[in-house]
Amino acid sequence: MKNPFNHDTPPADTPLVNVQVDGVWRQFPKGLNAVEVARRVGKFIPHYCYHPKLSIVGNCRMCLIEIGSPKMDAERKPVMGPDNHPEINWIPRPQIGCATQISEGMALRTESPLVDECRKGVMEFLLINHPLDCPICDQAGECKLQEYSVQYGTAGSRFVEEKVKKPKRVDIGANIVLDDERCIMCSRCIRFSKETVDDDVLGFTQRGSHTTLAVHPGKRLDNNYSLNTVDICPVGALTSKDFRFQMRVWFLKETKSVCTGCATGCNTLVGSREQTVYRLTPRENEAVNSLWMCDQGRLGFHYIHGPDRLKQPLVRLGQERVLTPWAEIIPQLAARLREFQPGQIAIIASGRLTNEEAYLLREVRQALGGEAVLTDLVPRAGEADGILRSADLNPNSHGVALFGLSRQGKALEEIRQGIEAGRIQALLVLHEDLVKNAGWPEATLEKLKLLATQTLLKSATTERADFILPGASFAEKRGSLINDAGRLQRLNQAISVQGMAMDDWQILLQLKAALGGGNGLHTIEEVFKAMAEATPAFAGLSLSRIGDLGIELKPATASV
Amino acid sequence: MSAPNTVVPPPAPEISAAAAFPEGAQGHHELPAFPSGFDAQADELVTHYPVSKRSASLPLLHLWQETFGYISPAGIEWIAGKLELQPINILELVTFYPMFREHPIGRIQIKVCRTLSCALAGSYALCDHFQKKCGTAEPDAHGIATSPDKKYSVEFVECIASCGTAPVIMIDDDFHENVTTARADELLAKYTA
Repeated sequence: MKNPFNHDTPPADTPLVNVQVDGVWRQFPKGLNAVEVARRVGKFIPHYCYHPKLSIVGNCRMCLIEIGSPKMDAERKPVMGPDNHPEINWIPRPQIGCATQISEGMALRTESPLVDECRKGVMEFLLINHPLDCPICDQAGECKLQEYSVQYGTAGSRFVEEKVKKPKRVDIGANIVLDDERCIMCSRCIRFSKETVDDDVLGFTQRGSHTTLAVHPGKRLDNNYSLNTVDICPVGALTSKDFRFQMRVWFLKETKSVCTGCATGCNTLVGSREQTVYRLTPRENEAVNSLWMCDQGRLGFHYIHGPDRLKQPLVRLGQERVLTPWAEIIPQLAARLREFQPGQIAIIASGRLTNEEAYLLREVRQALGGEAVLTDLVPRAGEADGILRSADLNPNSHGVALFGLSRQGKALEEIRQGIEAGRIQALLVLHEDLVKNAGWPEATLEKLKLLATQTLLKSATTERADFILPGASFAEKRGSLINDAGRLQRLNQAISVQGMAMDDWQILLQLKAALGGGNGLHTIEEVFKAMAEATPAFAGLSLSRIGDLGIELKPATASV
Repeated sequence: MSAPNTVVPPPAPEISAAAAFPEGAQGHHELPAFPSGFDAQADELVTHYPVSKRSASLPLLHLWQETFGYISPAGIEWIAGKLELQPINILELVTFYPMFREHPIGRIQIKVCRTLSCALAGSYALCDHFQKKCGTAEPDAHGIATSPDKKYSVEFVECIASCGTAPVIMIDDDFHENVTTARADELLAKYTA
């Protein structure tokens, strides 16, 4: 992800300059702005409009600090003090930190009576026309206006006049609602839409005491990245139609995960409470998605709790579906599978499997007859948008290919014809609906003597399945994925597996044990370890070593 | 035990963007017929700003308003297209500057100064007189009173820099000093003729 601006990460070869921050001299890359300088020494300069990935406009005035420059003598040489650092001439009025780029000998005061007073003043101005409807505002709990009020504002207000009235509950896009009275006119959303997504539809109209954030008449904020404006909105002016009024944010548990909507693998936080996922938000990873994610990925989780979710292991008996405990269904399936010769069995793997699942599936295939069992996955082609979306909509095509389970869809037709001709009589399908996603006629599936599927949602394939093994969604499992750039990243478990469904690796492990005996693997860590030992690409790695930001695999091993 | 898991649909937003931001949403969306040379005149104005075309926004808005009387949504889009900008960039300017109008006003535009000297010299009474004579309706949100036949519009303006000869007015682009009610009637007759 290329950002138009990276104020927080100057090029590595930027020369260093000496700058005094709150009395202490240190070195920083030249040209860094004062907000970032302070951040690097653990000081926080509050700000609303400044964002490290957007252009700097300096309109919120919250980052006012004191700035000084070296005192110069008659020959324009800095006057050195007893500490061998230049003496400082302080500018007698505050300056905004975001638009102050440091140079040699500069000095900053991020804490001083003047700075405190400035922050109080700015807070008072910002709150004058703010509706203060925090109890019903979705931003409450993650609102900068709230946070800075507590930290830098005053409890009381001197304002006794009428507040300005502006449009509220405005439908400005498919996913976004705007409350103009809450807006503090920081313009982050305007700049994000224009600079990062090149969709310049937002702007300020009626500039003055009625400044109004508006979408151009007849246009909509409908781009696929619109919900990032909700993330960067420091207040509750822009809210997500999908998330608003669903859950107070302070109740959400945030689990570090990865988006499975395409092969980019944007780093995410899964916001859940008890056993329900309420939202996905992007998590910073400069090597992948920076601070952003697309709306499609962000909103693509509702199926976890949808009406089509399969939560019971089922066996078909005639026209009936019989709930069959895991301890029985796995041996039953293994017994049925053993009725067939390797050439009579085929497996449809999935680009949605984790590496661990793919490894175990390969073990299952080994127990069924190895490569004689035709195996492929269903490719999902999308359109790359040049921002974050990948043309590959499977989150782990690379990983599944690494275990020899993918022929990029080239064997699908062979498998289908094999079924039509009666050569292939048993099919194990993982996380795919062959009717919808591979375009197979339903009649093909009717020809099978055994159809077993391990998946999440009801589909034409599950309708015809003899065995339904309900698996786990991305929010319910741990495991690793390889994105389209060859980066190994981790899913973490946010909620329990729904109903009687079971984590996919456990299903595969049990099936493998039922077919070919156990192998002493009991935890996902052990599965990863066994997988790493058998796979050169993962040599020396463990699930914990992948870390929250993932690891770039060596290109030679990553591109299969 | 499984969680209820029903995702309650969020309440539908109550206001569409068009209703919330009426400015610019009304008016003509079709381009008017351009007088000959209009396009060339616009292109010539753009050449005054070789560094950034965007700087030609205000000159083009003035040209548009002088030519067509007000700035329609079609005008905003045309100017944005000419300068390779998005329409919102132009709408921001139109809604900021009080001199840009988004709605048509009267053909004869009477501007009465109400700053100190003129106010002391009776500009409020003068403005009332003009409004009565022209039969204008109540002033709109921007303070412009227009007659129903769209012949006249009367408005107050701030100082037009001739305090020594108060009260002063402008009719279209012409400046008139020491305007008494009698003089006002004369002027109206002259402009109406």
